[in-house]
This record gives sequence, C-alpha cells and structure tokens, in this order.
Amino acid sequence: MKKNNGSEVEKKMGVSKRAVATGRSAEKHNISLVVNRKLFELMVGKDVNPWHTLAHTLRETLGYTGTKIACDHGACGACTVLMDGRAVLSCMILTVECNGKSITTIEGLEDPKTGKLHPLQQAFIDNSAFQCGFCTPGIIMSAKALLDENYSPTEQDVKQALAGHYCRCISHYSVIKAVTEAAGKGR
Amino acid sequence: MGEEYRHIGKATPRKDARAIVTGRAQYINDMKLPGMLYGKVLRSPYPHAHIKNIDTSKAEAYPGVKAVLTYKNVPEWKGGVPYHRPVLDSTVRFVGDAVSLVAAETEEIAEEALELIDVEYEQLPAVYDVEEATKPDAPQLHAEIPGNVFPRGYPAIGAKALQEIVTGDVEEGFREADFIAEGTCAYENIPNPLPPEPPGVIATWEDPEHLTIFTASQSAAMNRNFGQPFMKLVDMRVISTQCGGSYGTKNANLIPMAHAAALAKAAGSPVKIYYTKEEHFNAYTLRLGSRIHAKMGIKKDGTVTALSGEWFVDTGAASEMAQVQVAVGCGEAQLMLRCPNWNLQPKLVCTNRNPSGVVRGFGGLELKSALIPLLTVAMEKANLDPVEFFKKNYVKAGDGYYWRDGIWWVYRGVDYSKAMQKGAEVFGWKDKWKGWGKPTAVNGTKRIGVGVGLHGNADIGEDESEAYVKLSPDARAVLHACVSESGMGERSSLCKMVAEVLNLSLDRVNITLPDTFVNPFEFGLVGSRGTYAVGSAVIEAAEDAKRKLFDLAAPVLGAKPEDLETKDGQIYVRGNEEKTIPWRRAMGIMRTCTGQGRFETDFSLCNFMMIYAEVEVDTESGKAELLRVVAVTDCGQIIDPLVLEGQLRGSLGSAGIDTALFEESVLDRNTGRILNCNMMDYKWRTFLDLPEFQSVILETPIPSHRFKAVGVGEIAPAPGPSAVLMAISNAIGKRIMDYPATPDKILKALGKI
Repeated sequence: MKKNNGSEVEKKMGVSKRAVATGRSAEKHNISLVVNRKLFELMVGKDVNPWHTLAHTLRETLGYTGTKIACDHGACGACTVLMDGRAVLSCMILTVECNGKSITTIEGLEDPKTGKLHPLQQAFIDNSAFQCGFCTPGIIMSAKALLDENYSPTEQDVKQALAGHYCRCISHYSVIKAVTEAAGKGR
Repeated sequence: MGEEYRHIGKATPRKDARAIVTGRAQYINDMKLPGMLYGKVLRSPYPHAHIKNIDTSKAEAYPGVKAVLTYKNVPEWKGGVPYHRPVLDSTVRFVGDAVSLVAAETEEIAEEALELIDVEYEQLPAVYDVEEATKPDAPQLHAEIPGNVFPRGYPAIGAKALQEIVTGDVEEGFREADFIAEGTCAYENIPNPLPPEPPGVIATWEDPEHLTIFTASQSAAMNRNFGQPFMKLVDMRVISTQCGGSYGTKNANLIPMAHAAALAKAAGSPVKIYYTKEEHFNAYTLRLGSRIHAKMGIKKDGTVTALSGEWFVDTGAASEMAQVQVAVGCGEAQLMLRCPNWNLQPKLVCTNRNPSGVVRGFGGLELKSALIPLLTVAMEKANLDPVEFFKKNYVKAGDGYYWRDGIWWVYRGVDYSKAMQKGAEVFGWKDKWKGWGKPTAVNGTKRIGVGVGLHGNADIGEDESEAYVKLSPDARAVLHACVSESGMGERSSLCKMVAEVLNLSLDRVNITLPDTFVNPFEFGLVGSRGTYAVGSAVIEAAEDAKRKLFDLAAPVLGAKPEDLETKDGQIYVRGNEEKTIPWRRAMGIMRTCTGQGRFETDFSLCNFMMIYAEVEVDTESGKAELLRVVAVTDCGQIIDPLVLEGQLRGSLGSAGIDTALFEESVLDRNTGRILNCNMMDYKWRTFLDLPEFQSVILETPIPSHRFKAVGVGEIAPAPGPSAVLMAISNAIGKRIMDYPATPDKILKALGKI
C-alpha cells in the first residue's frame, strides 16, 4: 500500500523516475527478445522502462495477457513463463535483463499451425483441473518445464514443481492428476 | 445414484475450458478501453483520523493527471444500512481507508501523483475489540451508528428481517435440561478469502446519465442491484468479465466501483481501478469476527432444551450487508439445532480495521465456527457422540425455522442423516472416535485426533431469477441469463440443463455474456442458489421455448403439441422416430422461439455439508497437521461430478478449513496495521501440504426442480473450522476456544508455555 508520506525524498524519487526514462531513451538502448517464436525489438525508454518487469512488458506492451499477475512480488506463481525453457517468475525479472532471451507464454503452447492443444492443456480440460482459472496459465507453464525435464514425474515431483503456485479454489488434486496424465504424451 | 440423463450427471468440459487453458479467457485487467485512464487510491496510514487539511494542487498540476478527488469534491453516494459509507470522507477509519483518488494516463503517473498529495491528519483513538467498542467511552466510528452498534434490520430482505433468535422460554428449557453448559468461543482471526485475482473495475459514462461498469464479478447483476441505490439510482449497465476467484467477495464491488465511477465522471474518460495485492490485503473484504457467549441446556438423549447468549459480530470499519449475514446465520443455527427455546442476541459492531464483508459461508461459517465448539461442551457433559448429536438435531421434514425474512418456514426436503452416516462409514468414525478429549492414537510426541462439523443453508432458494431461452431454426439455443463465471462452472451447468430439456448436444447451447443490459433479472450466484433458484428459471424457460416450438410443429406434423418430442433438432411424434421434421420446418427460417422462466423465493429446502477431519498434533512443537478430510453432502442429483468435487475441495481454500490451523490476518492493536499483508507472511496451503481428501456425495432426489438437485458450493468450507478445532482438542485432551490453533495456542493449552 502506498503510504501517505509527503516526504521530500520520496517526492523527488517520483519525479526522478520519469527523468531516468527520458535520459535512457536518448541512449537508444535496445532489447531484443523472442516471445513464442516471434522476435521483438524493444527500445529502452520508449517501449520499456528500466523498472518494467517482464510480466508487465508481456502483458501491457506486447499484449500477451494470458500471463497473469496476482501478487507481483514473486510469491504466488501466477506470472510463471518459460525463459530459455526454464520456469521463471516474470514479475521478478526486469525486461532490461532479458536481452537475447527466448520466452514461452501460455499463448505459445498450442500448435501454431493446427491449433491443436498441448497435451497438458488437453489434460487440464479433461480433468477440469481449474475453477476460476486465474492461476492456471502459471501452473501449466511450470508443469511444462517439469515435463520437458522429467518424462515421467512421480506425484511428489509434480507437487514439488508446483509448490510455489497459489490456487485458492483448491484444484490441486485434479491438477496433479492432469499433469501426471499428460506426462509422456509428447511435448 | 441419480437418474440417467444425456448430459446431467456426466463430466463434460466447461464451456470456457479452452479459453482458460490457452490464456484467452479475458479477466478484468486484460481489458482496455480506448482513452482509458488508470485510477489509484491514496490510503490512510492511521486507523482513525480526521483529515485536517488536504492539498492536491501539486498532484493536479502533475503532467498526465486528469482528475484528483477528495471528500470535498466526490459525488454524495453513500452505502450500507444505515447509509454510513461515503465514497470518500473527511474521517478515515482503518489503515488503508481511502483518502484521495487520482486518475492519470498511466499507472505510474497516478502512483507518482499520490505522493504529491499533502495530507495533515489529526489522529483519533481507535478501538479493535468488539466488546470494548460497545462500551460508553469507546471511540465512536460513525455518527450514523451510535455506540458502534448497528441498528437492526435490513430493508432489502423484508420488513421483519431476522435479527435474533427468540422462541419458546429459555428458562423453562434450562429447567428441563439434564446438563447445563456455558462458555465463550471466538472466531476472530479475520482471514482473507484472497482470490488470486485482485478486485478490479472499469467505469465509463456513456453520457452523464448512463454508467457502464466492467468488472470481474461473481454476480454481475448484484453490482447493479446494490450499486444503483448506492449511486442515487443512476442508470447502470454492468458487464462481468471472467472472474479470477471471488468466494463471495466480488459480488457487489461497491467501493472500487464507486471510486472508478467518480473518477471517470470527473475526468470525462473511462477509468480502470485494479487493486494491488497489498490493497487487496488491506482494503478489501475480510471475514466477519464472531464471538459467542452462550449457555445451553441438553438432555441425556441429545435433545437441546435451550440456548441463550450473545453473538458479537465484528464487521470492521464499515458494512455492506452484514445484517443479512447475521440474519442468515441465525436461520442456519436453527437448521442445525432442533431446539424449542432460543434467545440468541446478535450485536453487529464496527471497529477500526479493514471492513468485513460477504464471504463464502456468509455469516453462517462465522457463527458455526464459534457455536459448534460451545455445543461440544454440552455434548461432552452428556457424553454424546457428535455424529449422533448432529443426526438427531439437523432439520427434518416438517420442522420449522425463522429464515432471514423473519418468516416461519416449514422444511419439506430430505433427511440428511443418511449422508451423515455414509460419511462416518467412509471416514471410519466409529473406530477413530474415542470420546471427548481422547486421542485416536498416540505415537510418541504425536497425537491423532478426529472431529466433525456440519452446515446447511436454506438460501439455495433465496431471491429471484429470470431467464429466456431462445431457439433458432438452425437447432441452436441461446440462454439469456445474467450469470458470471468465477470458478463454479455454473454457466456451463445451466447450459447442460437447457441441452437436457431440449435434447440437444451441448455445443448447440450457449449462454449470453453476463450483462445486465441484455439479460432479464438475476439476483446473483450466491448462497448455493445457482442449481435450484437459477436452474429453476432456466429449466422453465427451456420448457416454455420447447412448448412454443411444438405449437408451431404440431400442424406441420398433423399431431397434438403434447404428443411431440425433439432430439438433436428434429421433431417427431412420440413413439414414431421415423417421421421427423427439423426445427426449421416448424419455425421457418425467419423466426426465433423464446421461452421465459422465473423463480421466486422459496426457503423451504436447504442443503447440507459435513466435514470429518483427522489431525496430527506434535505436542513438542505444537504444530497441528491436517491428515485427512472427508467432505460429505447429498445434492439430490449431480449436475457435473468434476465441478461439484472442485467445489467440495474448495473447502480447504477461500478462508475455510485452514482458518482453524494457520490462516489469519494479524492485526497489530497498537498501530491498527495488518502485519502479514503479503503472500509470504499470510499463510496458505501449497501443493506440498495436501491432506488426503475424499468426497462422499449422495443423490437422494430432492423436491426442487425437474432434476431434483440442489447446490452446495457456497457452504463447502463452513463446517471445516469447527471440525478441525474439535479434532485438535480431542488430540491434545484440552479445549481450544479460539482460532487459528497455532502452535503457541496448542503449547499454551498443554501448559508447556
């Protein structure tokens, strides 16, 4: 929560934040990153500010709103995406750190040509492994990272891989079933 | 087992399943309107203060800022009963209370502008304890609520709204009793239901008279039903996006809605307000605090002869509709106890912390969590098995109760004892139950204990619903019903009902967006009313549409309408499936057939939920761990088994079962701040901490509607906290009478600290 402080120091910080943005834009520093097999060039100071998180850039700048932000502090897993194949919390990574990285979001899981769902997505549908669905994209991305590494995970492996994901509707039991079912059904 | 149907009772993919797993489902923060501004709220650092001076000039002058509002220039809208909650006020009443609102071109600019607002506060004394707050010298929160005790009643639920339970003669009842028990129990951990998606609203004025609200809501219609009186009857259209969890909390969204609407009006542009998680913790719906002092009379055979006492309900700094929660809680107490002599007096009190509001369990969870532990004192004196006690005392056909409307209703539903017994068998209650204060097993420092709780609610038939079903010649049906999707799968379940009545495949039935402009009246998805109340209207509309279709088909087929059947878009005379005509031949291609349905309030049925819990307590560390849960219900007829099972498992979340173990908002009574207002310090159950969870679902046909079903989703968590507390008390042989049973309390009860 924003405290009301009226303190001079913080007021200056507020203003200086904007100054940084303008200053950096003059340097024409670019970030290039791949999202779901598509290359993006982002100009720092214009498209991306130094304090923008990857989650923010994906959602607000590039329009990949399938990635959800819930706590924005790295404590709930909702914003999980794959970075070079590893599950990461996109709310805890600055976009300016992502130069040259390849990102996969939930939108990148379907077969781009046929529209066929990834086996994980299909297993989530078959098991009704969601209720409100807000945590689902993050959970599926973590599960994808797990299955890419571990062809046939045990139930405990699945639990461990998903331990950082907050699901308040309690779909955990059907999620575990869905991930276990999807294991071994291709990547 | 229920009846065999084509769709009903079968697991079918939810209509929105593909959108959810591909990230295309649109939640409120995925949405932008052209020219949309971002609203931010300056929040109070003090629990109680007057705003002596507020200077917004620097914020107003900041580039990109389009509107700044304080109590001096907001619309005079007020919420609550009595009206006590304005959009902004010159007094702040909790840490996190709104002080000023800013709309700007970006979120960053709005946040920066908040820091440019100078506020001079005059701090006032604050009160946090529900009984302290009622003392004559206590700090006063609202001029409209003298003595900090809300006046009784709530006009929207009727002139006689139930605000106490008074029946028979309690003194006479105590004389008849074999045992008297007395005590106090408190459920005051004010847990946060904490849906993953924070609350959010986009407000836009089509013109000065017409407001459109987009919001992630459990019940789009309720935003309008309650928002209109709040905003001086402005013409309001509400559209709900996909909702990322609600658990009751995102029904009316009145405060964020008013803030966004006020800013949008001042700025002349659409405004989005989307809470941060920190705001979600500090300035959005907690559970009610509940403290009961009670005296009970009981006979050896488990008959409760009298119950008298006081129920202190702490709603925090304001209340949207806590009087209704008190009323429903009072009704639910009577469903649980067939007691002839009552005198339970609720007091709804305000204190200086983040307000409580509507949460799954709606007053009943909070009441039961305090009342059942007190009843266990009486059960122990009479040496009664709690399962037998509940079987004997839960409402049976022919029993009556005062419901929230203050009217005496007579129950006409099924006997849930059968479900209680089945649950006991699955759980193994007979073997595990060793008597009061006795552990099921002891292994060194670890002790196992078992407990049981129950709940039921007649709100399954509350309020009104309307629906249209529109048939088109291409053999499709569109259901017009203002039903949102916040996780219960209700939109899909209602489509199943329509498909069943019309004998269509599921892909041929769709439902309109939850939009109050295009749909008929709907109250909302609350009180487990989706299956019975909304379902009844939907079924009636589908049957009406089918009748109209058959009226058109009869002359074409040369038969009477009542002799016709339809299947997959073909119409035929019953018994002769050879000769069929498609819908389009009956209707022509330039026509639709629309049926109407309506449901009116009926409190003569209730639902039922029982939770059996097994815990292991480490007497060295004081930690209690939930090992096993058996959740039991009888829903009459399953609509979708996977969806229903999800609802039952949800008892572990949404500030339910775990509020007995570790969930709480830790309020610092020196500063009025919640100390654990982030997702690291607020404890929640992870994938690694899952207990064994079994659902026991019976299907005894219930006289509700065509499919003999009732809903149970809302009540799933309600029996949980008291069941777990009972299990812990039995494990350690000492009674714990407040929540959550954290290691410090357990060690204290054991005399170890």
